[in-house]
Amino acid sequence: MKLLTVSPSPHIKGDESVKKIMYGVVLSLIPALIASTFFFGWQALMITAVSVTSCVLFEYLFQKIFLKGENTILDGSAIITGLLLAFNVPSSLPIWLVVLGALISIGVGKMSFGGLGQNLFNPVLVGRVFVLISYPVQMTSWTANSTVDAFSGATPLGLLKEGLKSGQSVSQLIPSLPSNLDLFYGSMTGSLGEISAMLLLLGGLYMLYKKIITWHIPVAVLGSMFVLQGILYLVNSELYINPLFHILSGGAMLGAIYMATDMVTSPMSPKGQLIYGTAIGIITICIRNFGAYPEGISFAILIMNGVVPLINNYVKPTRFGGKA
Amino acid sequence: MVLKTFKIGGIHPAENKLSANASIQALAIPKTVYIPMAQHIGAPATPLIKKGDMVKVGQMIGKASGFVSANIHSSVSGKVKKIDQILDSSGYKKDVVVIDVEGDEWEETIDRSAELVKEITMSQDEIKTRIAESGIVGLGGATFPTHIKLSPPPGNSAEVLIINAVECEPYLTADHQIMLEKGEEIMIGVSILMKGIGVDKAIIGIENNKKDAIAYFKKLAKGYQGIEITPLKVQYPQGGEKQLIAATIGKEVPSGALPIAIGAVVNNVATAYAVYEAVQKNKPLFERIVTVTGKSVAKPCNLLVRGGTPVNDLIEAAGGLPEDTGKVISGGPMMGKAIVNLEVPSAKGTSGILIMQDTESAREKMDACIRCAKCVKVCPMGIEPYLLMSLSEKSMWEKSENCNVMDCIECGSCSFTCPSNRPLLDFIRLGKGTVGQIIRNRKS
Ligand code: SF4
Ligand code: SF4
Repeated sequence: MKLLTVSPSPHIKGDESVKKIMYGVVLSLIPALIASTFFFGWQALMITAVSVTSCVLFEYLFQKIFLKGENTILDGSAIITGLLLAFNVPSSLPIWLVVLGALISIGVGKMSFGGLGQNLFNPVLVGRVFVLISYPVQMTSWTANSTVDAFSGATPLGLLKEGLKSGQSVSQLIPSLPSNLDLFYGSMTGSLGEISAMLLLLGGLYMLYKKIITWHIPVAVLGSMFVLQGILYLVNSELYINPLFHILSGGAMLGAIYMATDMVTSPMSPKGQLIYGTAIGIITICIRNFGAYPEGISFAILIMNGVVPLINNYVKPTRFGGKA
Repeated sequence: MVLKTFKIGGIHPAENKLSANASIQALAIPKTVYIPMAQHIGAPATPLIKKGDMVKVGQMIGKASGFVSANIHSSVSGKVKKIDQILDSSGYKKDVVVIDVEGDEWEETIDRSAELVKEITMSQDEIKTRIAESGIVGLGGATFPTHIKLSPPPGNSAEVLIINAVECEPYLTADHQIMLEKGEEIMIGVSILMKGIGVDKAIIGIENNKKDAIAYFKKLAKGYQGIEITPLKVQYPQGGEKQLIAATIGKEVPSGALPIAIGAVVNNVATAYAVYEAVQKNKPLFERIVTVTGKSVAKPCNLLVRGGTPVNDLIEAAGGLPEDTGKVISGGPMMGKAIVNLEVPSAKGTSGILIMQDTESAREKMDACIRCAKCVKVCPMGIEPYLLMSLSEKSMWEKSENCNVMDCIECGSCSFTCPSNRPLLDFIRLGKGTVGQIIRNRKS
C-alpha cells in the first residue's frame, strides 16, 4: 500500500494567498488608473507603465544579484509598488526620474531590508520622498488637468499654502480653489493617484470587501485629519480652511487608503492600527498648516512607519481571558 | 434574531458535512479488537485480565490508575489473545488488549432494551460513582475523564452546565446525528449531569447549521426543567471549551484557569448520551458514533463502532479506501491527528475518520510573512501567532512565555488562514512544549 501522509493539524487551508491579496490590490487600483489617464492623458499611462516595469525589473535584478533567493516578481508586490509610485508623482515627471524612483523604492526601500515582508518603511514613499527632496522642481511642476484649465500650475493644497503665506485669507482664496465636489470627483491638479477621491474610496471599499484591509487605518487617518482641521477651522476659519477640503485634496485619500495600510509597514493589532492612523492624520494636518510643505502625508506615514515596531511591542491585541 | 457567538477571532472553513443526515448504522463486530488502555487524557488504565481469559461485552478490563484516568471496558465478548503494544492514533506504541471475538455476549447487568428510562433515581453521589465506574470521558475529542469534571475542586462551585453540541469541525456529523436520533436520551443525560454536578441550569449550545436539531431540542426542552437551547452563529472554534462558554454565557475563563473558575462545567452532547446509558441502563462506555467521511469516500456515514475496531473496518463500511487517498485523519480536519496506518484502533475519542485526497494532503509552499495580521485577527485567544512563530524559531522562550504562548488552544485557525502558508501552529506547539517544560521545572 502506498504511504499515508502524516502531518500535524490543521489539515485544511483557507483560500487566502499572497497572490490573491496582491492582485486584489492591483485590481482595486484600476478605476483610479483609468481616471488619471482620462484626466492627464496618455502620459499618465506611460508613467505608470514605466514605473511598474522598472519596479518589477529591479526586484528581479536585486533578488538575483544580491539576495540570491527565489524569484519573487510574480507575487504581485512589485507591481503594486510600481503602480503606487506612479500614483504618487505628477504626470509631467521626466521618465528617467520615474526609473530612479523605482530603483530607490525597490532597491533601498524593500530589497536592502531583505525583500517582501522585511522592510520597515513603505518602499513607495521612500522612493517618492527621495525624488521629492532631490528634484523638488520636477516633482512639483504639475501639468494641467485636461478638464479644468483654470487650476493648472499648482495643486489645490499648493495654491492654498502660497495664498495663505502671501497674507490672503481663506475666504479670499476659496474662489480660486476647486470646490469640494470637484475634489471628490477628480477635477483638479495633482499626482496621478490623487486625482479622484471617489474612485480611491471605491478601491478602498473593494479592498475592505475582499478583507485585504480593515477599516481601522483609513478611518483613523481621515477621521483624525477631519477632527483636528475641524477644530482649527472653528478657531479661525480665515486662517484654516474647512476640514473636508483637506481630506479630499492632495494625497490624503491615497495615503489613508493605500499608503498607510501597507501591511508590511503598519501595526498588527487593531488598537495599534488606530493609534498609528490617528498619529498620521495629526502629523499630516500639522505639516499642511504649519510646515514648509503644502502636503505632508508621505512624511507623516514614513515617520509613523518608524514607530511601528514600538507600537507592536506595546499595543497588543485583546487577549482572551486576560482581564480577570 | 442576532445569534450568539464568541467575540475574539474565529474563522469559517467550508463545512463539507457530507455525512449529514446519514442515519446511524451499527458497524459489524470485527473478528479481533485491539482495545487501547489509554483512551483518555491522563494515566493509562491497568489491565485486569490476562491472556486466555474469557470476557463479556461491557466487562471491565482496565482499571483507572490514578486521579486523572478512566476505566476501560471490553467492547466484545471472546478470548483475550494477548496484551500487546501497537501504534495508536497518537502515533506512539501503546498497550492494547487484543481480543478474539466469540459471539456477542453482554454482561447481564446491562439493560439492552430500547425502553426509555426517564426517572432519575440515583443520588448525586451514586451518579458520580456510576459515571466514574463506567469509564466515561469527554467524547468531543479531548477525552478528559468526566467524573473529575463533576467534582469541582475545593473553593469552586458550579453554577451552570454547558452542553457542547456545536460540532464546529468541518466534515464531522456524529454529534448532529446522535442529537436527531437520541434526543430524549440526551435530555435525560443532561438532567443526570445537572444532578451530578448540583446545578439547576443547563445550556445546550448548537450551531445554526443544525437547524433541525435546534428545532427538535427546543421542542424537547419544554419537557425538562432548567435546560435551555442556545442557537449559535456558525464560527470555528466555537467547540473550544472557552469559546463555547464565552458564546453561551458571555463570560471569559481567565487565562490559565479552568471553566469552573467562573462556575461553568462543559460536557459534550455525546458524553451526555453516554451518561444516560451508564446511569439509566448500566451500560459502560465501550462504543460510540464515528463519522467516516471524505470527498472521495463512496458512502460517507455515521457508524456505531465498538471500541478497538481497526480503522480499516470503518473505512470498508464506508465503501473502502478511495484510490486517491493521501491522508487519513482521526478526528476533524482542524484538530484531528493524521494516523500512520489503517490498523490503528478506534477509541473513545475517535469522533471521525476523515479520508483526504492526495491533492489535499500535502502542504503548500511556505512564503515570507507579509505581516498581513490575518493570523492575529483570527486567533480566538487574542495572541499573536506570527510573533510566537518567530520567537520559537529563535528559541526565545522567555519572551514567548510573556507573549502568552501557553494560552494557545491549538485550534489551527492561524495556520488555516495565513496567506503565506506559514506553519504557525507547528512552531507554536514547539513553543508551548518548551515553555511548559520550563514552567514545570521552575515549580519543582
Ligand atoms: S492555534 Fe493557537 S495561536 Fe493559532 S489561532 Fe488557534 S489559539 Fe491562536
Ligand atoms: S497570517 Fe501569515 S503572513 Fe499574515 S502576519 Fe500572520 S504569519 Fe504573517
